[in-house]
Amino acid sequence: MAPNPYFFIVIFVGVALVFPLLPLALAWLWRKAFQPPKPGAQKNATYECGVESIGDAQIQFRSQYYLYAIIFLIFDVEAIFLVPFAVAFTGLPVGAFIAILVFLLLLIEGLVWAWSKGCLNWAK
Amino acid sequence: MSEIDEGLRSELQRQGIWVTSMEELYNWGRKNSIWPLQFGLACCAIEMIATAASRYDIARFGGEIFRPSPRQADLMIVAGTVTKKMAPQIVRLYNQMPDPKYVISMGACAISGGPFKTGYNVLKGIDRYIPVDVYIPGCPPRPEALLHAFMELQRKIDSQKLTGSEKATHLDSRQPSEFPVPAFGAHDLEPPANPDVFQPPKIERT
Repeated sequence: MAPNPYFFIVIFVGVALVFPLLPLALAWLWRKAFQPPKPGAQKNATYECGVESIGDAQIQFRSQYYLYAIIFLIFDVEAIFLVPFAVAFTGLPVGAFIAILVFLLLLIEGLVWAWSKGCLNWAK
Repeated sequence: MSEIDEGLRSELQRQGIWVTSMEELYNWGRKNSIWPLQFGLACCAIEMIATAASRYDIARFGGEIFRPSPRQADLMIVAGTVTKKMAPQIVRLYNQMPDPKYVISMGACAISGGPFKTGYNVLKGIDRYIPVDVYIPGCPPRPEALLHAFMELQRKIDSQKLTGSEKATHLDSRQPSEFPVPAFGAHDLEPPANPDVFQPPKIERT
């Protein structure tokens, strides 16, 4: 007579329970019988590099950073366009060259505008 | 292990029966898998690196896994000159290591300050703040010396008792696991030494 096909699942579940629980139980027994736990302020500290942590990890960044983030993003995208432009520079038709020049001028104009507006000055 | 007659043990081993005790098994497992804390302070660290590398290969003794976190380390190899600026960090790292933990004081500087003993910024031995298990003299000690110290430490671990009045310190609830971290004072670390750990030899003139 064949066993119930779900019987093997039961065996798997049993092994899956015993396998992690047995070492944990042994460790618990070992602690009770031999090795007393010795917690401490430094032992339980979160930071583990030998230096005392200062302040709180939950800090806020100043909102003024967003201008730098936006300007960085624009020039980051520009760099992506500049690399294929530089690679294909010698084989470019005049129209493509002027197109990329316009693109560059637009970005430079944006930078000049941001600069003259005082966006690059650190806001106190 | 003293309960079992050594002759009987070897006779049984010849028959394929191994007799052991929990203490022996525990120490055997610990001594062959000592994970050192990965940090070096000065030129001794270069020798320590050489010991861990292929030519000297500390992996033969089970100590190749240098851990960058004190939470996973069993052994602190104080390899080099301990400056007074660094001493609090060393003690804090030692405190953050889980029990059982051991310290090898490698080289003249870690033992006593060595050639820089008269320096205003040099700690005169790491044993002023934390208990040291094995000292290695030398400036710097050769990799063989570090391997010898490692074997000495293994011998010490092997002889540690699991129960009784002379059991290992990490099994004794009265023994501390953390030691006070010295603070930067006006001229020196405060306190200059931990009196529970370090007692300078008294010189008596007659």
